[in-house]
Amino acid sequence: MHADIDALYRNEFRRLFATVVRLVRDFDLAEDALHDAFAVAIQQWPQTGMPQNPGAWLISTARFKAIDRLRRTARLELGADALLEDTAGAASDDPAMHYEQQQEIPDDRLRLIFTCCHPALAREIQVALTLREVCGLATEDIASAFLLQGATLAQRLVRGKAKIRAAGIPYEVPAAEQLPERLDAVLAAVYLVFNEGYHASSGAALTRADLAEEAIRLGHLLLELLPDAEVMGLVALMLLHDARRTARSGPNGELILLEEQDRALWNRTQIDAGLALLERALATRELGAYTLQAAIAAEHARAPEAERTDWGRIVALYQLLLRANPSPVIELNRAIAVAMRDGPAAGLALVDSLLERGELTQYHLAHATRADLHRRLGNVNAAREDYLRALKLTRQEPQQRFLMMRLQALEAAGATNKR
Amino acid sequence: MRYLLTIYTNEDDWTADEREACMEESRQLCHALAEAGQFIDAAPLHPVATATSIRVRQGQTLVTDGPFAETHEQLGGYYLIEAVNLDAAIGIAQRIPGVRRGTVEIRPLVLLGGMPSKNKHFARG
Repeated sequence: MHADIDALYRNEFRRLFATVVRLVRDFDLAEDALHDAFAVAIQQWPQTGMPQNPGAWLISTARFKAIDRLRRTARLELGADALLEDTAGAASDDPAMHYEQQQEIPDDRLRLIFTCCHPALAREIQVALTLREVCGLATEDIASAFLLQGATLAQRLVRGKAKIRAAGIPYEVPAAEQLPERLDAVLAAVYLVFNEGYHASSGAALTRADLAEEAIRLGHLLLELLPDAEVMGLVALMLLHDARRTARSGPNGELILLEEQDRALWNRTQIDAGLALLERALATRELGAYTLQAAIAAEHARAPEAERTDWGRIVALYQLLLRANPSPVIELNRAIAVAMRDGPAAGLALVDSLLERGELTQYHLAHATRADLHRRLGNVNAAREDYLRALKLTRQEPQQRFLMMRLQALEAAGATNKR
Repeated sequence: MRYLLTIYTNEDDWTADEREACMEESRQLCHALAEAGQFIDAAPLHPVATATSIRVRQGQTLVTDGPFAETHEQLGGYYLIEAVNLDAAIGIAQRIPGVRRGTVEIRPLVLLGGMPSKNKHFARG
């Protein structure tokens, strides 16, 4: 019995929590009350046996525990009154009865996700709330993954929950006309969690890889609840990128470029899952930004070796991506693809004109890219200058080490023209 | 829930005609809100040049010409509305004409208990 309750706690807590939040309209109260309900279960179930629908029993008990708590602390704030009133009617019933009659408990996690990622909340609060409330990560774990003080993260959670309550952020899946915009906010939060984990810097690298896994898990949950084309695209993108995780850094944490990675280290199972999902996304004919990025990642995943990458297709995909999502960073990536397709001189012309526009002057990868193109063209002096400029602009240690290595290689090789 | 929507725009951006058109659009919005049971109050404000700021310190009243803070965009009007939640309030804010030029800030009201129900001597016309 204890093992059963344990499993229920581990696997179902977040889902039950989402429903209790809907019933009691308060995150903290819902969490406490659901814990109370599990405590009752541990006491009662060994004697009475497990109820027919344990989830419904727990939700129902949590609801009564919430009322108890409200009564005890006399927290009769606005909303609490109403809750007491509309729950009081059911209070005379056997707590286990009311919900047990329902066979299916609705899955309220989608509401929970949309509430945590409401655009009225700052992005860093959205991310903290999502990881805490939807994924159930411990506050200290989230803090260490983001290299933050526990207190800082706790404060973000408190601020977020206070705003949800006071500003009346609804606990609802948005209406159809708002859905695309609001889904974008959710996907952006998930992708931010992924990137935070994927671009792991040294030190806490291990915990940060967990963040990438968490983001993928969250993506799958979202996919199950809302199988939209862009959700498929995002999950595909994350799977395809994450499949390269082991290959993308060396034994000392140094970055290894895509074309120099040992492709045997790529996770084939994950690539296949990503490709299958991408096919589904493409079949909807809605080519959103995540789907297009996944399609680009798929081109790399399909190439058995770097030399056999279909750069023509990648250029075309960047073209589509630019149309869907104009951005100088995407233009830079397209320039890199053009350089691979048509040679470094063609790419350099594009990067030069892009840098002239001024938006990327402070972006280290723009200078690193130009350095690399100059290096391929044998312009050692120009390459050196650009590497140094890039080095000045980056603060990430693995990036700095990578650029230093490039600089040293440049000096060692002299003016040899190699591609 | 109750929300105060305050509208901030650059006063110098508006011509007299535009201001007139904005008032008319606002009036229509107020009627639509009233129909939906969401209207409590709304008004445009005279320009910030008419603002007076008051402080009382150690029993002394300090009166100064001008707004509380000099900003690039100025408070130009407000709506007081009833809405079920923030999304409903955002939906209303999107329809306020000033939102297309400036910013509408949404603030939930704290509903104090024990307040008088109406002002005895002054009824809004």
